[in-house]
Amino acid sequence: MARVRVQSEDFDVGRELDALTHGRRDVGGLASFVGLVRDANDGHQIHGMTLEHYPGMTEKALEDICAQAKARWDILDTVVIHRVGSLKPGDRIVLVGVASAHRGDAFEACEFIMDYLKTRAPFWKREDTPGGARWVEARSSDDAAAERWKG
Amino acid sequence: MVTLLYFASLRETLGCSREQVALSGSSETVSSLLDQLRSREGRWTDALAPGKQWRVAVNQQMADLATPIKPGDEVAFFPPVTGG
Repeated sequence: MARVRVQSEDFDVGRELDALTHGRRDVGGLASFVGLVRDANDGHQIHGMTLEHYPGMTEKALEDICAQAKARWDILDTVVIHRVGSLKPGDRIVLVGVASAHRGDAFEACEFIMDYLKTRAPFWKREDTPGGARWVEARSSDDAAAERWKG
Repeated sequence: MVTLLYFASLRETLGCSREQVALSGSSETVSSLLDQLRSREGRWTDALAPGKQWRVAVNQQMADLATPIKPGDEVAFFPPVTGG
């Protein structure tokens, strides 16, 4: 069963990943991804950002993405935590962790969840730059990354 | 009545985050609801124009122009997502 959380507060990566394997002896590999706020984007200096989301739909979308990963790869447990609200450069935004018997499934499922999260979960970033606030535009490279998992 | 939600840049452009609207017909779809919204003043026509990059969800599931809408539904319009 996937663990999905949307929250404003930070998370402890070690504790969250430990929870995936605690008390189990069938996990042979644990893959994880942590996304952070960069201090520059598209040539703009970033002082901070605000993450907006669609409460209710966001959690459903993340659970659906984890369920798709579980149907496709041999994975034992997953965690997805995404922060919302005000964040500064260097802050953690997102954690994806996948536990599996073997590394191949864990690596692929982790990347799949991130690619689908970036193109299907209803979050929006507004960046604070020296020229004022601006909404981040979706990237075609993210769509291309998600497309490659089809077929 | 249906509940309409708007998010992110679309919410700012329209100056509206949530509203209730009465459906004008009995067999409504996202497409006919859009026609109703586009018939409002200019910023609605512009922001929801066919070529604009907006997405729609019905009852918190991604939807498209042909998705049916019935009274009590929650319909959300928003720009392409940028999380992660």
